[in-house]
Amino acid sequence: MFAGFFLELKRARVPVSLKEYLALMEAMEKSVAGFSVDDFYYLARTCLVKDERNIDKFGRVFGQVFKGIEGAAEGSPVPEDWLTALAEKLLSEEEKQQIEAMGGLDKLLDALRQRLAEQKGRHEGGSKWIGTAGTSPFGAKGYNPEGVRIGQDEGRQGRAVKVWDKREFKNLDGEVQLGTRNIKLALRRLRQFAREGAAEILDLPDTIRSTAKNAGWLDLRLVPERHNAVKVLLLLDIGGSMDGHVRACEELFSAARAEFKHLAHYYFHNCPYEHLWQDARRRQAERTPLVELLRTYDQAYKLILVGDATMAPYEISDPGGAIEHWNAEPGETWLRRLLVTYPKAVWLNPVPERYWQGTQSIDMIAKLMEGRMFPLTLDGIDRAMRRLQR
Amino acid sequence: MARFEGTATYIATEDLRVAVNAAIALERPLLVKGEPGTGKTILAHEIAKALAAPLITWHIKSTTKAQQGLYEYDAVARLRDGQLGEARVHDIGNYIARGKLWEAFTADQRPVLLIDEIDKADIEFPNDLLLELDRMEFFVYETRETVVARQRPVVLITSNNEKELPDAFLRRCFFHYIRFPDRETMTRIVAVHHPGLKQALLKEALEVFYEVRDVPGLKKRPSTSELIDWIKLLLVEDISPEVLRTRDPAKLIPPLHGALLKNEQDVQLFERLAFLHRRERGGG
Repeated sequence: MFAGFFLELKRARVPVSLKEYLALMEAMEKSVAGFSVDDFYYLARTCLVKDERNIDKFGRVFGQVFKGIEGAAEGSPVPEDWLTALAEKLLSEEEKQQIEAMGGLDKLLDALRQRLAEQKGRHEGGSKWIGTAGTSPFGAKGYNPEGVRIGQDEGRQGRAVKVWDKREFKNLDGEVQLGTRNIKLALRRLRQFAREGAAEILDLPDTIRSTAKNAGWLDLRLVPERHNAVKVLLLLDIGGSMDGHVRACEELFSAARAEFKHLAHYYFHNCPYEHLWQDARRRQAERTPLVELLRTYDQAYKLILVGDATMAPYEISDPGGAIEHWNAEPGETWLRRLLVTYPKAVWLNPVPERYWQGTQSIDMIAKLMEGRMFPLTLDGIDRAMRRLQR
Repeated sequence: MARFEGTATYIATEDLRVAVNAAIALERPLLVKGEPGTGKTILAHEIAKALAAPLITWHIKSTTKAQQGLYEYDAVARLRDGQLGEARVHDIGNYIARGKLWEAFTADQRPVLLIDEIDKADIEFPNDLLLELDRMEFFVYETRETVVARQRPVVLITSNNEKELPDAFLRRCFFHYIRFPDRETMTRIVAVHHPGLKQALLKEALEVFYEVRDVPGLKKRPSTSELIDWIKLLLVEDISPEVLRTRDPAKLIPPLHGALLKNEQDVQLFERLAFLHRRERGGG
């Protein structure tokens, strides 16, 4: 009966299996919960969701499926010319140029429309305000649509709607940005990553036990050793917009330092070139040639690059493209050299994944990384670490 | 069928009630997560109280092995007894110590079994309990007997998220995440613990409490249990609601903050904020 709901959940990548679905059916049969929508929501949640990171996703799917608004995402209620007109009216010439640089107004409008559809999906019945979150390109570019009300207020304000529309579990979603709150969780991911390798050591208590069991005949017992075999070379983009993220990353990795066998970190600006530096404040004075890095750290090191990869395309592709000095060889070449030496490499990017397509330089770096670019979120770190382990 | 509706001393939100009742009715373990201090462990005590069932608690530590929950065979004691020529050495059953699960499986009345802080244990721990929790039976190799649960206990498992639990394990559990209580729920919770508390004091205390929680950068945000302790202290010290209300920016740290802020760095953070406030006022 609820197979559609189940499939929708799967599509939204909430990990659900048949076993859980059957458990829900069983619970319904035994009429565990009452017959209100709320009760059903709670029951379905307790049966199907096994991790608080997925509760938010679950709530959104639930709202969509049981409100019969599946189509809302496609048929946008906002007329295109109206949007354009609105943008024209509100944006200055300069801002428009910035938007062009981001991939044009069309792209921006697409994003805006998509945002609206999303908002409709989870905000059904409420007023539809375009978000002013800090990461939104609209906010960031000085275009502040707060107060612009789009669409009709459908006035469905039942209590039941609120329960899953409140989105109280948003912070627990694995795809949110890395902040101080979830840094601990991220650390745990790194630890799991660090605990690799399987040598065997003597298990003394078990040996005594089994020797005693053998009536005195020695019986040696071994257990896999837990040691930290992982060596990490961390390269951080520093300067400008990256500073906040860099601090978060440094904290994260230095907190995890004890878990790694080796952790070396260097800084670069925008794109790695022939020099890197270890102390961000003295980057002109104390530089380390990248070739030296390649010699010092063998290929057993796993390379983690952290950067927003947002720059002018020529900074990657052209000799002399670097903004701080004259580089004889393009950044591209240097990045390739790194990747050849360190086959296990990932790039963590603090820019939300959905904007990657729109920025040319991110696209270029992602291609150079052969798709091994991951967002700097819990989920992204998870995927990156898994990728490094392969 | 017994149902759990919260008790006189425990406020259960609607979603928690549904989750607990589903776990009771379908006889599946319930995994409870949530911020520290939101009453995960207490929940087991309250369920046991509400169902008038015995409570068996198994506290998990980093060294706990799944086998210890079933039984332990004391081979060393047997070896020693064998060397001393004791008669009891011939019955291997004398050296088998029953674990918490065994205890729960053979209880006369359907008990509530609390497996507390499962995430503290080794990463393989939950996997080692899969079959036991699913089928509620296990085999004792030494005595060649199978222990089967007389009636499936109500199993409550708590986790603080220190380790990820394996999917196979999660699939066998129901799951509930205790959200931090909103103001309304919190008012009810405090009322349960401090009946007859003056409305004015409660209102101000909650105001300060949620403000403290909202300060960005706190290492350990105070939770329900801290609030309740703090209110107890406020009552003992006879602090009036007015003192809480004045909220002089220069005295940003709430009175008796020791109950709320458990971390030296957090106290320093508050002191720094207070200092900045004073400077701002001094300058402008």
